[in-house]
Amino acid sequence: MGMCEGKTFKFSNATITSFAAVVGKVEGEGPYGSEFDEVIEDNKGGTDTWEQAEAGLQKKSLQYAMDKAELNPEKMDLVFAGDLLNQCTGSSYGLKDYYIPFLGLYGACSTFAESLLMAASMVNAGYVENCAAVTSSHFSSAERQFRFPLNYGGVRTPTAQWTATASGAAIVDASQKAPFIRAATVGKIQDMGITDLNNMGAAMAGAAYDTITRHMKHMGTHPENYDLIITGDLGQVGSDMMYELFKRDGVSVEGKHKDCGLMIYDRDRQDVHAGGSGCGCSASMMCGYFLKKVRRGELKRILYTATGALMSPTMVQQGGSIPGIAHAVEITSE
Amino acid sequence: MNISNQEYGELAKKLSPPSAMYKTIPLAFVIGGGICTLGELLLNVYQMLGLDMEKSGMLTSMTLIFLSALFTGLKLYDRIAQHAGAGTLVPITGFANSVVSPALDFKSEGFVLGLGAKMFVIAGPVIVYGISASIIYGVIYYCMTTFGG
Repeated sequence: MGMCEGKTFKFSNATITSFAAVVGKVEGEGPYGSEFDEVIEDNKGGTDTWEQAEAGLQKKSLQYAMDKAELNPEKMDLVFAGDLLNQCTGSSYGLKDYYIPFLGLYGACSTFAESLLMAASMVNAGYVENCAAVTSSHFSSAERQFRFPLNYGGVRTPTAQWTATASGAAIVDASQKAPFIRAATVGKIQDMGITDLNNMGAAMAGAAYDTITRHMKHMGTHPENYDLIITGDLGQVGSDMMYELFKRDGVSVEGKHKDCGLMIYDRDRQDVHAGGSGCGCSASMMCGYFLKKVRRGELKRILYTATGALMSPTMVQQGGSIPGIAHAVEITSE
Repeated sequence: MNISNQEYGELAKKLSPPSAMYKTIPLAFVIGGGICTLGELLLNVYQMLGLDMEKSGMLTSMTLIFLSALFTGLKLYDRIAQHAGAGTLVPITGFANSVVSPALDFKSEGFVLGLGAKMFVIAGPVIVYGISASIIYGVIYYCMTTFGG
């Protein structure tokens, strides 16, 4: 496996000009609650259904990002967006009223890195002046699509993760002010043979290891060259597994590694088992917290690697396994 | 990748924390036992009110089903179930919860294609195989009593 090395794209002209995050109540009560642009207390966000609420999250986060960059929808050239729902419901219904040229993406929980690297590619190539990357997830809409009804008394296993109700939006242009997107590596689908629906971290850890390893090889870097290596939502189990895989190569990433899924909630106080997940999880942590730190120069060079479990409930019921994917985006302050 | 899928699976098993059975099993016993004790209590009360055994039993089931549906609607049943596990799943209350919870969730897609169609999405298999088993049992019972002498 893994004959093809893939490529790492290098960008000289891609800047994250503005970014914003909107989250739900539980995320607002988490350790980073005060960092987000808005905390929506009502689980249905004032709408009738969870799907509409999720669409509302995307609409809001992009609005905040446009406001910060003093842009309006007429001045936006393109948007890449995605979420976890069938037919990318959160994205298409959330962004339809803006009339911005739209491309929907699906990469499960890796979608924010995927959108960001697509946006950087389009801007760097000069096809567009600006391009937005938006993703979302919602605990309730994801739960009923992928698992059980919300009030069903099933027990979550210790390895299960909690889908974050959150959305993040970033606008990329060529304005040459920090944070800069310097490079990106597209992930390969890694099927490690994991079949447990309640252990997504394990399904994704192999993909994270592979993408980060390839990225560092192409860039000629080591973990020490980065202030942080940030993964999307490996959770506790996935993070431990990734450390093991790196250890086999004699590489240590523990000291540099942060996982958004392990950060967004307080696992001692909030009953979220192995941590957070969902496309909104790392999007909101990046747009609410990490990108601010890069802009202020407190983080100089980070490797953001969002991980996704490309899980199909149908395939799992047919006895199939859960492939994982991870995309890496290198972001710097200079 | 620097690892085979088999080795990776073993690693996943090793690094995944198991359920805390020293805690989950006693909790399931206590809460499940509590529900059954409540059932016994109801049965005795109905009999004390002058109902015969059969009617008291029926009323006990109905009361427990009602309470389960009510607690599901109040969003309390799944919170208790997080601690109770099989203690709330096995009694008749678990069955009621499995019917009411999808009904609540899928109400947003309408009463026919949403609530009506999805109501038995979890309980359906139990009903299908419960009825199938009872038919097979009935046939065996019939054969035994007719031909078995």
